[in-house]
Amino acid sequence: MLCKDLVIIGGGPAGLAAALEAAEQGVKDVMIVERDSGLGGILQQCIHNGFGLHVFKEELTGPEYAQKFIDKLENTGVEVLLDTMVIEITPDKRIFAVNSRIGVLEIQSKAVILAMGCRERTRGALNIPGFRPAGIFTAGTAQRYVNIEGYMPGKEIVILGSGDIGLIMARRFTLEGAKVKCVLEIMPYSNGLTRNVVQCLEDYGIPLRLSHTVIDIHGKKRVEGVTVAKVDENLKPILSTAEFIPCDTLLLSVGLIPENELTKMTGADFDASTQGPMVNQRMETSCEGIFACGNVLHVHDLVDFVTMEARLAARGAAQYLKEKDGSCRGTKVIAGEGLRYVLPHAVCVEKMLDEKLNFFMRSTRPMNKAKLVIESENGIVKTKMLSYLKPSEMINIELKKSEIEKAEGHLKFILQEEGVLQ
Amino acid sequence: MSDKRNVTCIICPVGCRIEVELENEDILNLSGYRCKRGLQYAKDEVTSPKRILTTTVRLKARSAHVLPVRTRAPIPRSCMKDAMKELKSVFVCPPVKMGDVVLKDVAGTGVDVIASRSWTE
Repeated sequence: MLCKDLVIIGGGPAGLAAALEAAEQGVKDVMIVERDSGLGGILQQCIHNGFGLHVFKEELTGPEYAQKFIDKLENTGVEVLLDTMVIEITPDKRIFAVNSRIGVLEIQSKAVILAMGCRERTRGALNIPGFRPAGIFTAGTAQRYVNIEGYMPGKEIVILGSGDIGLIMARRFTLEGAKVKCVLEIMPYSNGLTRNVVQCLEDYGIPLRLSHTVIDIHGKKRVEGVTVAKVDENLKPILSTAEFIPCDTLLLSVGLIPENELTKMTGADFDASTQGPMVNQRMETSCEGIFACGNVLHVHDLVDFVTMEARLAARGAAQYLKEKDGSCRGTKVIAGEGLRYVLPHAVCVEKMLDEKLNFFMRSTRPMNKAKLVIESENGIVKTKMLSYLKPSEMINIELKKSEIEKAEGHLKFILQEEGVLQ
Repeated sequence: MSDKRNVTCIICPVGCRIEVELENEDILNLSGYRCKRGLQYAKDEVTSPKRILTTTVRLKARSAHVLPVRTRAPIPRSCMKDAMKELKSVFVCPPVKMGDVVLKDVAGTGVDVIASRSWTE
């Protein structure tokens, strides 16, 4: 059995940043366990630019962003175990993993950072009727085919869902000579970042059809087309608007799910809205010494925030390893009206790593103008005016230690819309 | 005759909606931007829109077939197609380092195409 101070599960952006920060904090015996054959995770297939504006103050592609961390990792002494899949983790931080060289490995770690990322929702989650022909891919799978394997999965493409990967793939397919017929979004607003709607669709004249969905998939061996229809305000298809669109490929960009099978084994408390574990100010789950960061915690729209969160988790782990203190919860954080969730879920003021703390949250719906109110049992802690809010663009609010200290009982975040949507 | 065009700024995730008033290609007025970069972006966007091109080129490596690349700087949107065409015939042999030039002066833009990641074998 191996013994480690800190094991990081996952070598994507969250795992890489956590490993580097842990090494910088002086944590010895750090190991990354990664199931792929290389580091970088999903960044390696995200060859488009737009990464790193916050962390590096320059615009990088996904592989460049990853490479910067991989290069730095070389001289840190962090051990990297590739092609290795973690299959079990116990609440007392015993990890079981498998690979084809060693077989089963057992690692006892003093602290663990969960950085497994997320996976895509598939057709099975959508209940679209029709046959099961070849030619239906999640957007990320198609992205891997094109950008890593070097294959084009289709020629005439319809994309369901306006998630960022779907938008990015619309442009990628177009550049590679395929015809992207349209992007369909069931909601009345886009689920992707504004810049992706502009750069990936508008630039190439690809129509974005809001309040539309696929109601049938045609073709027995290969996709031959899809039937699309407009939906009403209850998201139910209006059959009189049904229309057949011929295509050979259907891409699904319909959401991401944090990959928490391992987290569940630890018995940590979960947040039903993020589908990830609940964490405190240092990204520690309710299971002592087990931390989480990145998309396993909540799905991010910018990798920069993943990096910041991972650094915080690593500093939290370093603090835990030094002080051997439990998972203190302290002040409870509540997502009130207008918000889907707020992270972290609890703040233990005495254990705060900085004089300030960032809170991440998402609105329940698009709002042109809204007032964010943060209140506790003894009154309002802070208010802030926000504009152009979209559920797809994460809100980041900083609170000072002194502000959190004053709050009694809980911190409740409420988003009140001002004025009416245009 | 003046003409109004809306530009969504993509420089940062804020995504300012900038309104540009034009008269015969001349900019009369700009509003809605929150920083200097946004102002410049809106001006460029209505006169000569530019984008960074990201794509892949062929790679002769043991474990991979393609290498991610990008233009070092933004190139005119109108040159995208020609650039893609030129990059179709580029073949890279490892070792390659992130930032290495894989194609000089793509599509007559004066901009080089560089590798987005390193590859040793």
